[in-house]
Amino acid sequence: MLSEIQKKMLRELTGRSEFGDGAFNIRANGCSAGRHSTKGIRIEPKPNGAGLDVYIEPGLRDDNVSIPVVMTESGLKEEVYNDFHVGEGAVVTITAGCGIHNCGREDSQHDGIHRFFIGRGSRVKYVEKHIGEGDGAGRRILNPVTEVYQEEDSVLEMEMTQIRGVDETERTTKAALKAGARLAVRERLMTGARERAVSHYAVTLDGAGAVADIVSRGVARGDSVQTLDLKIVGNAPCRGHTECDSIIMDRGHIVAVPTLEAADIDAQLVHEAAIGKIAGDQLDKLMSLGLTAAEAEARIIEGFLS
Amino acid sequence: MIQIRNLAYTAKTDEGEREILRGIDLDIPDGRLIVVTGPNGGGKSTLARLVAGIAKPSGGSIVFDGRDITGASITERARLGIGFAFQQPVRFKGLKVMDLLAIAAGRTLAKSEACDYLVSVGLCANDYLQREVNSSLSGGELKRIEIATVIAKASKVSIFDEPEAGIDLWSFQSLIDTFRNMRRTIANSSIVIISHQERILAIADEIVVIKDGLIARHGPKAAILPSLIGTSMAAPGCPKFGRGDVPVITEGKIHA
Repeated sequence: MLSEIQKKMLRELTGRSEFGDGAFNIRANGCSAGRHSTKGIRIEPKPNGAGLDVYIEPGLRDDNVSIPVVMTESGLKEEVYNDFHVGEGAVVTITAGCGIHNCGREDSQHDGIHRFFIGRGSRVKYVEKHIGEGDGAGRRILNPVTEVYQEEDSVLEMEMTQIRGVDETERTTKAALKAGARLAVRERLMTGARERAVSHYAVTLDGAGAVADIVSRGVARGDSVQTLDLKIVGNAPCRGHTECDSIIMDRGHIVAVPTLEAADIDAQLVHEAAIGKIAGDQLDKLMSLGLTAAEAEARIIEGFLS
Repeated sequence: MIQIRNLAYTAKTDEGEREILRGIDLDIPDGRLIVVTGPNGGGKSTLARLVAGIAKPSGGSIVFDGRDITGASITERARLGIGFAFQQPVRFKGLKVMDLLAIAAGRTLAKSEACDYLVSVGLCANDYLQREVNSSLSGGELKRIEIATVIAKASKVSIFDEPEAGIDLWSFQSLIDTFRNMRRTIANSSIVIISHQERILAIADEIVVIKDGLIARHGPKAAILPSLIGTSMAAPGCPKFGRGDVPVITEGKIHA
């Protein structure tokens, strides 16, 4: 039975309050709190109980699967290994994410290790949210590892959002793309107080015509620290673009580390990076339309992270 | 009604302090369209920014409908009824044209309403409402969106700082129609336009010439405009404006 806090976090993570007949797995405080497979999407626990295998049928059209995690027990630490096997030509949306509510004195930690095996010609959208809340002294820690293996002509769009309450996070995302595969990542990261966030990307473009576009936007407030380490390797005639765009506030600290590596004469790789405070004229403009300085700042950040 | 008294502004520069405005006295009565012109560097834009609250004066006072707003914030002035179109429009990553128009209007807008604002500046809503107000837009597009936000705000006093910059032939005439329309639709509203353009000067009720930080001349259009024609303070604009079916004003006469 899910608590009200857990239900609320599930709604925030997935945008849904009912999971009905769709494919889903809900993990609450280290245990399965509900699982359902469908004809096209089969969810199976791994033999050692440390995660799931999610099988998506070849050719499945416009279906979706949700595998949210909620933790409300202080002091819980877990590592979960989930593998997604997406069949050829499937079109699917995968929603994942973790919400930690820690009111206790001990740290709570969830490390989700996700591997995506994206079949030839499939189109996958992956939406992941991480949230932390609760007023306990224990820290909320999330260290997601994402590994992506894209077959020819597959498309993966990833939206990864962490906008509040996670004390420590180290995100690692690795991807290898074969010919004609496309990867688009939109990461949104906001940290405050004394939070620490590190995000590593290492994307390898191995096949001709592979395309990667990785855009990370971050806002660092309070005394928080963000490190963004974005790397693309081009081993074939390919196109890669990374963008690292950050707003620094208060006593925030941001490090952007772009790396481009080309091993093919026809690899086209571009990196853009910018760190700056909210521009005074942006505040002036919104205030001249009637917003207060605080409202203007909130709208600018909301838009930036949208 | 805005009453500006002895307004002064001193800028700090690398070379020391420089007086930009040296004591401006000006009334902006309700229902009037006032065009402020004058040589570059004379202090026109500074005056506009002081009235909007974006810069703080070093002396003097500004009274709006009987209330001293000299120390009021930008927000307070905006809420009291002052609108300001920036000369250099601001870019926002992530904020969409529709968002800005809704903030300006102070409420959620129907698409048809937002469309009306954009059409009045020569933009098609279908192409622009969901666009981000970022560097993917050209300078001219940003300028028109900037003007649209001030129209959407429907202020009692709207100040436009060189609205014609970056505006092309088609929307230039539309812009003039927009100013006329604003006067009709916002009761007793007044409009202040900073401009060198002869065609904008031609729609003024009053013209103010600011030079070297002081008001050099101020009076009804008929009294001021003829002496400005042919100077940099009343430029006829690009000669290409004379082509096609857009009326052009030269030497005070309208030519179709």
